[in-house]
Amino acid sequence: MELLERFATGDLEAFETLFRGHQKHVYAWIVRIVRDSGIAEDLTVETFWRIYRSRARFDPAGNFPAWARRIATNAALDHLRKSRRETDLPEDLACPAKADPAVQRETRQRIRQAFSQLPAKYRLVATLALLEDEPYEKIAAATGISVALVKVRVFRAVRALRKKLLSMGVEISRET
Amino acid sequence: MNQQDHQALQTLLKQALAPVTDTELVRDLWPEMLRKLDRQAARVPWFDWTLVALLCVVLLLFPRAIPALLYHL
Repeated sequence: MELLERFATGDLEAFETLFRGHQKHVYAWIVRIVRDSGIAEDLTVETFWRIYRSRARFDPAGNFPAWARRIATNAALDHLRKSRRETDLPEDLACPAKADPAVQRETRQRIRQAFSQLPAKYRLVATLALLEDEPYEKIAAATGISVALVKVRVFRAVRALRKKLLSMGVEISRET
Repeated sequence: MNQQDHQALQTLLKQALAPVTDTELVRDLWPEMLRKLDRQAARVPWFDWTLVALLCVVLLLFPRAIPALLYHL
């Protein structure tokens, strides 16, 4: 019997093989959304728990990595919903070389604060589309919505962010 | 809001929140997964507790049902 068929029937060894084969990809996807390695590890385990729990619904002929990514995205979205009230985002994983020193520390702080206050569904697509430069098609597949809706959410996220930043006194010049 | 505004905001956002570069998983999470599987297996689902609570209420309201219940167990 094939690995995915054995997994779908509840074979723990098959699940372990899938876990070991895909944990890195799932983690890498989640950490780019939540931007915290510890939380990403917890969410990776949570994702695989959800995968194991819904194994009976998985079609062995289907695309396991795509299915796992979608479940991982939902787990990350649930986390963003819970953590929305926290006002700051960790920056330990961000590349410091890419941060422009011209943008003042306080301004960066305000931008992070405004971004973290966005509704979770907007924050998710904005993180993937604007920060991580993921293609809309990939985001749509991972979130289970249409490409058009991804574009709408990105647009709304940008509009909300712009409004929030202006109210905080952050100037958005076209030369930045 | 035009494309230029969108681009400007994206640039500003990237300066404040640079893309994540360290996406490498540094440890194997399988032992953690096994612990979670064990914990979840030992957990009693909420609807089981609801059934127990319902049964207690029924037995309190209709104590004569106790022998019938014991007979069926």
